[in-house]
Amino acid sequence: MAHDPYPARPGLWGWINRRLPVDAFMRSQVTEYYAPRNFNFWYFFGSLALLVLVMQLVTGIFLAMFYKVGENNSFDSVEFIMREVNFGWLLRYLHSTGASAFFLVIYLHMFRGIMYGSYKSPRELLWLFGMIIYLALMAEAFMGYVLPWGNMSFWAATVIINLFGAIPVIGSTLVEWIRGDYGIADATLNRFFSLHVVALPLLLLLLVALHLVALHEVGSNNPDGVEIKARKNANGIPLDGIPFHPYYTVKDLFGTGVFLTLFSIVVFFVPTFGDLFLEKANFEPANPLSTPDPISPSWYFTPYYAILRSFPDKGAGAVAMLIAVSAFFFLPWLDRSPVKSVRYRGWIYKTFLTLFVLSFVGLMYLGLQPAQGIYVMLSRICCVPYFAFFILMPFYSRWDPVKPVPDRVTSHA
Amino acid sequence: MTDAPATVGPDIDQTRRKFLTLATSAVGGVGAVLAAIPFVESWQPSERARALGAPVVVDIGKLEAGQMITATWRKQVIYIVGRSQALVDKLPQNDGELKDKSSKNSLQPDYAKNEMRSRRADVLVLIGICTHLGCLPKQFFDPGDPVLGASWPGGFRCPCHGSRFDLAGRVFNGSPAPTNLSVPPYSYKDPHTLVIGLDNPAAGAA
Repeated sequence: MAHDPYPARPGLWGWINRRLPVDAFMRSQVTEYYAPRNFNFWYFFGSLALLVLVMQLVTGIFLAMFYKVGENNSFDSVEFIMREVNFGWLLRYLHSTGASAFFLVIYLHMFRGIMYGSYKSPRELLWLFGMIIYLALMAEAFMGYVLPWGNMSFWAATVIINLFGAIPVIGSTLVEWIRGDYGIADATLNRFFSLHVVALPLLLLLLVALHLVALHEVGSNNPDGVEIKARKNANGIPLDGIPFHPYYTVKDLFGTGVFLTLFSIVVFFVPTFGDLFLEKANFEPANPLSTPDPISPSWYFTPYYAILRSFPDKGAGAVAMLIAVSAFFFLPWLDRSPVKSVRYRGWIYKTFLTLFVLSFVGLMYLGLQPAQGIYVMLSRICCVPYFAFFILMPFYSRWDPVKPVPDRVTSHA
Repeated sequence: MTDAPATVGPDIDQTRRKFLTLATSAVGGVGAVLAAIPFVESWQPSERARALGAPVVVDIGKLEAGQMITATWRKQVIYIVGRSQALVDKLPQNDGELKDKSSKNSLQPDYAKNEMRSRRADVLVLIGICTHLGCLPKQFFDPGDPVLGASWPGGFRCPCHGSRFDLAGRVFNGSPAPTNLSVPPYSYKDPHTLVIGLDNPAAGAA
């Protein structure tokens, strides 16, 4: 019999492995899972997203031990956590800062995918799972924002739920069904709690599992957009691949260290982050008789909020917002370029991508400003490059003067 | 005994098997949809929420022109505004700048489907919820308000997305709100007593 590289182990560990393939799984997914050797800074954010997810689950479980749901209880119980539960303030600040960190990391992760063409064949499904995770995360963050039942919670819920009223015919019935009352009420708060702590976390975990399975099936893209599986040695190992463990576990641990340092600075010294992570208006209880002025959503929703406000018509604004979010889903089919990575694309694509990023960040800023005068006009101007990036992509990505892509990944080491 | 797998063979009727698979799936599918109904219906307003939607009585004896008082009815904020005759006479001047000047697409009882959008000229009753996304429009009653410019005739402005309404709750062009502020059903028990949620005071209740 030929030499077996993985002889069965004796003893208890062998007994377990004959019944549960622990070793085989670790080999195929970690120690002998080959990732491109040229990952750079931008490849930290996938593992960081996973880290933040785990942090949110742990801090969330502990917060739910002290939080009380109900229109007469929620606000007081959050203040109870902040003032009287031992280290309650830390649990809450970790969770609230974690929400913002989650979106920061996800936006950088998505930008990486766009920049290096990671959504292109064969990674379309991987991208779609990622986008569904993004949508589920938005729902999770929104519902979590409502739970403290501050005045901003109340009015954010009012505005977002009323968006569904823009749907013709069934709109107003649908809004009443979501609220469970004639206005935002106890019923709304209670169902949001259930969705926030049970339904959506379960969905997120399932989606993340699918995202990772799809990733390990096709393998990671890289900054050069070269398929490393196209060139393998005699043993079938990609020439440009290195085992995930120990090489990338060590790299990701370093990223984790840097991230947690920055994260701790925010948690301990600037947890409200100048009204961006926790807003002043949310430190007063929900009041159905007074809308905070000005009102703005959390920073991670403001690009879409600015787009919504750019249109002087309810239906058009809601449709534009829907398109702005869902356009990302179609990227794999809008992009007709023969190359993946921005490194080998031409000036036309680079111009559109730059304008898109500027308009996204611009809209993010404008969505935090009051809805009047120059801010509305600037939002309208920013909408043009935002939508042009997607709508014109089938054309400019084909006309773009691309450069030749190398056979192997490049290295600066 | 033969070595043939148990799933093939001349004695297996494939047509019957396909029919049974399809029929079972269809019945199971219908059952799953029907089983979802109670879960979906549980999200509708509860019996308690419905019962709390009874009419509300407001004393407007002390309401003067240019003042506004608020009440709540069915979790909605009700604006009750005192208007002078001079203000009401000026309302038609806004007509050219309104999205829905005769309230054709807006929600109001028939007795409020007029230029002043009310039963009585001196009292305006509105649901104080922006028809855009549900914020509370704020009072900007002074004409030529410094925030809204010299041409501002007086009315409401929503802090959320900038929708503007006149002193009959009618929406101005260029606002994201699609329709005028809605008018709830209301009536007067006597000249100083307003009943919100009831079209006809003779119907009792309150």
